[in-house]
Amino acid sequence: MKFLPLIWKNVWRRRFRTTFTLLSIFVAFLLFGLLMTVRAAFSLGVDIAGLDRLILIHKVSLIMPLPYSYLGRLQQTPGVELATHQTWFNGIYQEPANFFANIAVEPEAFLKVYPEFRVPADQVQAWLADRQGAIAGRDLADRFGWKVGDRIPLTGTIWQPKQGQTWEFNLVGIYDGEDGIDKTQFFFRYDYLDENRAEGAGLVGWYVVRIADPDQALALSRTFDEMFANSSAETKTTTEKGFIEGFAKQIGDIGAIMIAISSVVLFMFGLVAASTMAQSVRERTSEFAVLKTLGFTGRTILALVLAESLFIALVGGGLGLALAWVFVQQGDPTGGMLPIFVLAPRDVGIGIALMVAIGLLAGAAPALGAMRLRITDALRRV
Amino acid sequence: VTWIKQTLAVIALNLRTIPARLSSSAVAIVGIAGVVVVFVSVLSIGAGFAAAMQGSGSATRALVMRTGADTELTSGLEGPDIDVIKQAPGIRREGSGPLASAELYVILDVPKKSTPDASANVPMRGIEAMGMDVREEVSLVAGRMFQFGTNEVIVGRAANGQFVNMNTGDTIVSGQNKWNVVGIFEADGGVAETEIWADVRTLQGAYRRGNTYQSVLVRLDSSDTFDMFRDWLTSNPQVNVAIRRENEYYAAQSVAMTRLIQTIGFGIAALMGIGAVFGAILTMYTAVATRAREIATLRALGFDTTSVLISVLIESLGLGAIGGAIGAAAAYVAFNGYQTSTMNFQTFTQVAFAFRVTPELLGVGLFYALLMGLVGGLLPAIRAARLPIASALREL
Repeated sequence: MKFLPLIWKNVWRRRFRTTFTLLSIFVAFLLFGLLMTVRAAFSLGVDIAGLDRLILIHKVSLIMPLPYSYLGRLQQTPGVELATHQTWFNGIYQEPANFFANIAVEPEAFLKVYPEFRVPADQVQAWLADRQGAIAGRDLADRFGWKVGDRIPLTGTIWQPKQGQTWEFNLVGIYDGEDGIDKTQFFFRYDYLDENRAEGAGLVGWYVVRIADPDQALALSRTFDEMFANSSAETKTTTEKGFIEGFAKQIGDIGAIMIAISSVVLFMFGLVAASTMAQSVRERTSEFAVLKTLGFTGRTILALVLAESLFIALVGGGLGLALAWVFVQQGDPTGGMLPIFVLAPRDVGIGIALMVAIGLLAGAAPALGAMRLRITDALRRV
Repeated sequence: VTWIKQTLAVIALNLRTIPARLSSSAVAIVGIAGVVVVFVSVLSIGAGFAAAMQGSGSATRALVMRTGADTELTSGLEGPDIDVIKQAPGIRREGSGPLASAELYVILDVPKKSTPDASANVPMRGIEAMGMDVREEVSLVAGRMFQFGTNEVIVGRAANGQFVNMNTGDTIVSGQNKWNVVGIFEADGGVAETEIWADVRTLQGAYRRGNTYQSVLVRLDSSDTFDMFRDWLTSNPQVNVAIRRENEYYAAQSVAMTRLIQTIGFGIAALMGIGAVFGAILTMYTAVATRAREIATLRALGFDTTSVLISVLIESLGLGAIGGAIGAAAAYVAFNGYQTSTMNFQTFTQVAFAFRVTPELLGVGLFYALLMGLVGGLLPAIRAARLPIASALREL
């Protein structure tokens, strides 16, 4: 502890150089934070997907509908807590660029299966009472400035109403949720869709089943798929996590690209830090020799140099990561394309570990050199 | 004239001595090269995707879908609609009738070769016999055309490369459907190469679509007959359709994705660039600091301050150029032509494309590298020029 003032003085010995080293490490970790956020966004929230939820889709493809009649059979299967269905609506709000997910659901069962979507009790009651009622996520409502009570028209693309082309909804509620919950979706009542669509009555998009015991997921998936085998609509059942993972994989290896870029960035700036440290130690060779003459041990000198480079890495990196966090708190900058936009605590942890690693690695070679310094050689040099 | 001579002499001196300061120069070079690699490679993804989408479709073809449908996947047309559409004026007619193909566009779950445990949404298209004549750029590169009325299919060249079980002789099993691959086709690198083509009537049966279709693709007499064709159909009360030129339809689908990639690419590059400039500043600052005595000597000998300033800038630019060239070359070697596929967010189907490191991108990357070098050299150059001769000579 008593060496802190010494370290402090050494860090600021060359103010110009230290400032720019700090700044480059700052930028490196700002980028690291943002890249990890993008990576998480493209993995579509797979980390928080429920393991106790199974998704049943048509075996041929997600776009093929399933009959409504499966609901009863799913519900009666032992081990099933609650089964419900959803239907992709793909409606357009004003213009195609305003894309957001809009899905027809059964309100009561839906809210039970997805407890992470939080809706105030009075709004739930309003939804149950209003056939044209719909709820929107907080981010979605903010994006378009919607308030409870607004009337939202969507143009049907897959499903046409019996008259005209526009479906009208009453916004009866706004759901919220923790960080990492997709708050950009729009849910409305399946009975409204089913009664008013020109064709396709009695068809649903897919089923979501909440099961009592996640360990039974595989066995139950098999049971379901066997139950509907050789019917006109065979099914493919996966856990919600598996389903989202599969979907994320289709986008391609965005995660790998982001990690590759982060590695390039960190390597680049690690090199900057290392070369600065090396140079700063080289300049002070005679000084270290004097310290040794005064009785400083090699270890103390090693610790002094490492502390200096750790300080620079942690301060620069910490500020960078903090700014990334502040930026991410502002929400998705693309306006809806990246619904899950959070800097995960795990990535923050990895970032801090990387700062320590860069600090140690950058300081290691010069610190070892300074430790092994022979006083006579060093003092003779200049 | 002496000023120019002086300047050239100092520049030559600086550039020749770069190798002597290699380790500190490496920081700037590696930094700038890193930025250029990332910048060029991320943008090459966007360029490749845009090229695949924009190269698809032709202005002399029109795509007919139901009003309100934004993609083929969400469109629906009844059998009788098709008869009306095929009678419209403006369609090119050859011996056997109008060059028009009523089609179905569905999704088939097939794993990607890169992720064999997860299935991907591969687009599958049912075409009519005229479908091959409508698309003049399509030709078979292996095997033969499928026979209409059977469950034979042909697959695009990119689909063949990206997904499992797509070679001639393979059978694609999907639920209760089995599709025999009999040929592989190419389509000028367009998105069609990611598709699987089958007889539309077989597909109607397999996907329980009755006598319905999703789109009609027609070849126009010429690009100019589009308006006539469109106006006739939109004013016809028998059908409720929207008509787009095929190339515009595909180009519109690439907008969102291209914009996202460009936002990410430019954002990352801008931030990394700032960092690389810091690296360059440190390098040049070090170079100036270690050569303080040398520079002071030059000044004492009568070399002009601007000569010194320019020489430092040129050295920094030189580092930028070296870094930029290394980065651009690395990006080109590593990524140009790299085949991949991603999801088209408009249709939720796979699109295969190749990264394209275009000459423009390389140019932009190099320019950016020089800019970073210039900005990085500015402060140290001013410092060098302002160095007080007496104290610098006394230093050390």
